[in-house]
Amino acid sequence: MTEKNLIDVLVVGGGISGIQASLDLANSGFKVYLIDKSPAIGGKMSQLDKTFPSNDCSMCIESPKFNECSRHPNISILTYTEVGTVKGKPGNFKVTLVKKPRYVVESKCTGCNICAEYCPVKVPDKYNQELSTNKAVHIYFSQALPLIPYIDPETCLYLKDGSCAICEGVCKPGAIDLHQEEELIEVEVGAIVLSPGFETFDPKLRTDFGYGVMENVVTSLDYERILCSTGPYEGTIRRPSDKKHPEKIAWIQCVGSRQVTPGGNSYCSAVCCAYTQKQVILTKDHDAGMEATIFHNDIRAFGKDFERFYQRAENLPDVRFIRSYVSVGKEIPGSKNVTIRYSTTDDGVKEEEFDMVVLSVGLNPPSDVQGLATTFGIELNKHGFCKTNPANAIETSRPGIYVSGAFIGPVDIPESVVAASGANALCSELLSYRRGDLSKEREYPVEKDVSEEDIRIGVVTCLCGANIGRVVDTPSVAAYAGTLPNVVYSEENLFACSTENAQLIADAIVKHNLNRVVLAACTPRTHEPLFRDTCREAGLNQYFFEFANIREHCSWVHSKDKEGATAKAKDIIRMSVARAAELEPLQEFELPVNPQVLVIGGGLAGMTSALSMANIGFEVYLLEKENDLGGMARRIHYTLDGFDVQPHLKELIRKVYRHPSIHVYLDATITDASGYVGNFVTTVKTEGQTKVINHGAAIIATGAEEYKPTEYLYGQDDNVLTSLELEDHIIRRDEKVTGSQSMVMIQCVGCRQKDRNYCSRVCCNQSIKNALKMREMNPDMDIYILFRDMRTYGLKEDYYREASEKDIKFIRYEPTDKPVVETAVEGGRHILRVTVTDPILGQKLAIDADLLTLAAAIIPAPSTQSIAKLFKVALNPDGFFQEAHVKLRPVDFAADGVFMCGIAHYPKHITETISQAYAAAGRAINLLSKDTVTASGAVCEVEENDCVSCGACISACTYGAISFHDTPKGKKATVNPVLCKGDGLCNAKCPTQAIRLKHYTDDEIFAQIDASVPDGERTQCPGGAGCSGCGSH
Amino acid sequence: MAFVLRALANGSDGVFIGGCWLGECHYVTEGNYDALSMMHLTRKVLELIGVNPGRLRLEWISGSEGMRYAEVMNDFGRQLKGFGPIGEGEGLDRTALKLKFLAVKKILPYLKLVERERLRVRFKTEEEYDNYFGSDEVNSLIRELVGEKLAISQITTLLATSPLSTREISDSLRIKPAEVSRHLNSAARQGLVRYDESQKRYAIA
Repeated sequence: MTEKNLIDVLVVGGGISGIQASLDLANSGFKVYLIDKSPAIGGKMSQLDKTFPSNDCSMCIESPKFNECSRHPNISILTYTEVGTVKGKPGNFKVTLVKKPRYVVESKCTGCNICAEYCPVKVPDKYNQELSTNKAVHIYFSQALPLIPYIDPETCLYLKDGSCAICEGVCKPGAIDLHQEEELIEVEVGAIVLSPGFETFDPKLRTDFGYGVMENVVTSLDYERILCSTGPYEGTIRRPSDKKHPEKIAWIQCVGSRQVTPGGNSYCSAVCCAYTQKQVILTKDHDAGMEATIFHNDIRAFGKDFERFYQRAENLPDVRFIRSYVSVGKEIPGSKNVTIRYSTTDDGVKEEEFDMVVLSVGLNPPSDVQGLATTFGIELNKHGFCKTNPANAIETSRPGIYVSGAFIGPVDIPESVVAASGANALCSELLSYRRGDLSKEREYPVEKDVSEEDIRIGVVTCLCGANIGRVVDTPSVAAYAGTLPNVVYSEENLFACSTENAQLIADAIVKHNLNRVVLAACTPRTHEPLFRDTCREAGLNQYFFEFANIREHCSWVHSKDKEGATAKAKDIIRMSVARAAELEPLQEFELPVNPQVLVIGGGLAGMTSALSMANIGFEVYLLEKENDLGGMARRIHYTLDGFDVQPHLKELIRKVYRHPSIHVYLDATITDASGYVGNFVTTVKTEGQTKVINHGAAIIATGAEEYKPTEYLYGQDDNVLTSLELEDHIIRRDEKVTGSQSMVMIQCVGCRQKDRNYCSRVCCNQSIKNALKMREMNPDMDIYILFRDMRTYGLKEDYYREASEKDIKFIRYEPTDKPVVETAVEGGRHILRVTVTDPILGQKLAIDADLLTLAAAIIPAPSTQSIAKLFKVALNPDGFFQEAHVKLRPVDFAADGVFMCGIAHYPKHITETISQAYAAAGRAINLLSKDTVTASGAVCEVEENDCVSCGACISACTYGAISFHDTPKGKKATVNPVLCKGDGLCNAKCPTQAIRLKHYTDDEIFAQIDASVPDGERTQCPGGAGCSGCGSH
Repeated sequence: MAFVLRALANGSDGVFIGGCWLGECHYVTEGNYDALSMMHLTRKVLELIGVNPGRLRLEWISGSEGMRYAEVMNDFGRQLKGFGPIGEGEGLDRTALKLKFLAVKKILPYLKLVERERLRVRFKTEEEYDNYFGSDEVNSLIRELVGEKLAISQITTLLATSPLSTREISDSLRIKPAEVSRHLNSAARQGLVRYDESQKRYAIA
């Protein structure tokens, strides 16, 4: 059977990157097919327990996106589907999709899971890394989207020999179809985004780690499942052999990574250091007495906030970080403990016994990557990842096909999300001529008027798998909720946020004629939009939804006191129910969006964003504080991966200046910024003029600076340079460089220290890049790099190895024993004498150098503070701009309509900056491609009869949302709902309670406060009848 | 302030206010400075009605300081256990307590006015707020502007239930008889209460 389908973009791979790409594309007005070869979307992220460095629950932040995809009118999800053939050219590809038989008819299945209960065949559960079993027919995982089982043809008795068919008999809706066949779907697509993800390195390939042989050796992904409340041991840490709590666990880093021996990968997998630290922190959270030992090479804490995260793990009691190569020894008969041999400089070689060993496995290209490359007609790099261009890592070698996620190379979630949003910008450039042609708007049923109805509250108590259910006695909580005033419906739910269960809630609203919904579950921060939407779909005003947080506020913090937690959950729900009864229906505002964008900063990041947005068709205002474009990139000439930066920069500058839709303002300073998402007004002083720019979105790309060292004789001796200065000297073939016979580089100058507690990410690579260039110029030169940890993460590891092979000497120093630099005259020659402790010999080593290069920190630009104030956006503790969510919103600010890219966010390489610049553009398009944005209904309003015109509210509101207007009764305060942010400060100032914040009215909050003390225990009022009273009797 | 008083009046033994650190408010209005002033004023009011001001606690805890939040809450819990249940710890019975909170509630608009006209300050550090609200100047200001108003509010609220003698008022409200007399005189001058010769008691005018 074949069908013909016309769509804009096909996204191949439904992990977090594919999901984000689909959402961004669909929100920009494109029709998207999201396909995944697994039975459900979610990818590897869905298997993780928590994510570093914020330790958010991985599934909890990812699953709302499943729902968003599934509810999006312009995204169609096809799971268990692969790509057969790809023909055609950009704008018009013809793709054949192969939908594998899952032997369950999706349109008939209700997800009740009865089939799995009756299935007699137990199979290892792939989702749980085969640490537990499931059935031959089962739902992939409990929040799976779609929530539909699939039958494993390898193990199903019927499909093997026709001997069973129990599932067919027990399935009431008749959804089992054991004769289902492969389905071919023809699609015509404009562009393709490849996000096939990665595979973890399989340590079985190398027998020396004992994996697959010794039961208590697990991989880090296995361990994620072990940690997870939905994992094989329901969130208690057990080891596979005897299911006992391990008391002593070892982690071995770089398993399958940074290895040139056969079977290993030469590159660094970039994520393992941080995920191991996360696992250590989580393990210690579960069991404070656990001893954790991490055997590592360099600690690569190169990401934003990673350094602090590492320190957090390192400073926990009974945690040892040991720098040593190791080998797995033997399994102790009986106890099944595992021994590890390692060596330290102090103690020599030792063998130590552990209850359990976790292998921190690296990231491999997706399985059958060669087949993938052939199907799509794209090239791979030598490691088997997608071959990309340093000037644009989101493009594959075939035009019209883009790449996002870990197929680019080993990257973490934020980079995957960045590339996904960036792919939106690139697809939008390609397909701008047809944007909106195929997409359609979401439609909601007409909202019902409940003003004449009695209050009918429905309470749903979510177990959140085991997150809540294993601590709080949810059946008793749900029964209790049913007894509360106005509650007419109370049910439990395993995972309220799964698409199917959210639908159940919508159905209940209709069936039981509910007009208020209280969900006792997790946090409104991540899940409120989803459930408000659920209410809308059931025809209920979304402000009738109320969240009772019994997870973050209860089960997670009181996991050791189940009774107390259950009582507290009841208290929380009682308060929410009381508040819910007072809720009012509110309407949101549609605000027009000005489709112009302001880009602040004319460096590589800002120009890339600006050009992309202009190519898509938006008017762009680009501000640069200097008198020419280019920024920091002017000082960078070449990169490790051979990118010739200056020609690219020159061409970019030319395109930007020439583009009719880009208005460049040089010598620009922002003097004022006001307004709000969709309608900002920014005043700029530029070349003696003052300009007022109206724009709907802003992209902040203000860059950063190189630290001017005060250490190591910098500024006192002309032969002490920073890395960027050295690069400049190399390019100019300066005598200082060409004439040197010996050079020392010192890493981590000005950062990874108390006052700048972060790693500048780029310096290790920069030093290696310069060292290799120097070696090229002078094969006999002595070159030393004094370092703390070499952080050549990802594919750059190869250049570190190349440098070692080319006799560049690497000497590790400790921060407590820094190198010492002094000037000296040796044989009539002026030299710099660098003294450093040799870590192997433990002796002081004096190196006489002609040239000393300092890898100086990247520090925030001085303008960062004022820009943050003007646009009301946050900075992180190190002074870089703070994104809205470190994993899933890496280029958004918490303030709507403002985005960031480049090194103003955090130090990063040029290729990373370019990807991020496309991502910022991709996110801004989401906003600007719509005619309107929606503003909250939870804003203030004035009861004019009570207003005494005192002006207290007006002086409190620095947003300028309140003003006086003339009425027949005199001046009265009035609120501009568009400017109101709903912080309620005016409410506290008003002496007559004439101004109220909707959705947080006094009545709503009093009801909640009163309910905080159970009825019987509340202090009774002394006032009799007729007492004007406090309302609490 | 109304929310805090409502909770205490209901019998909650303490109220905790958590906020973002000064200078880190998500809103440009930076209401946490206002909250700090309001917390100080509320504590003064609690003191004036004989309720332990330690039952109201404000701490700055950012979203990432989960551990600190747990520590602070445990500490506050211990502190409140030390104070004993509200009222009992202060030697006030529940009726008197409720009445006192009702009396404060009645003068809330006035308190807001006092705050706005006389106590509206904006400092940079928490210490400056502590010093300001701990100063003799502010203390005498509060005694003058709030003390009497609040005492009279308590007395009139009490007399609304039934006429009482000076001694009875003093016992109920735990205010010294001499002060009760002074406040009664002043309330009588304002025409709020009258002396009922027949009952030999004060009553609402």
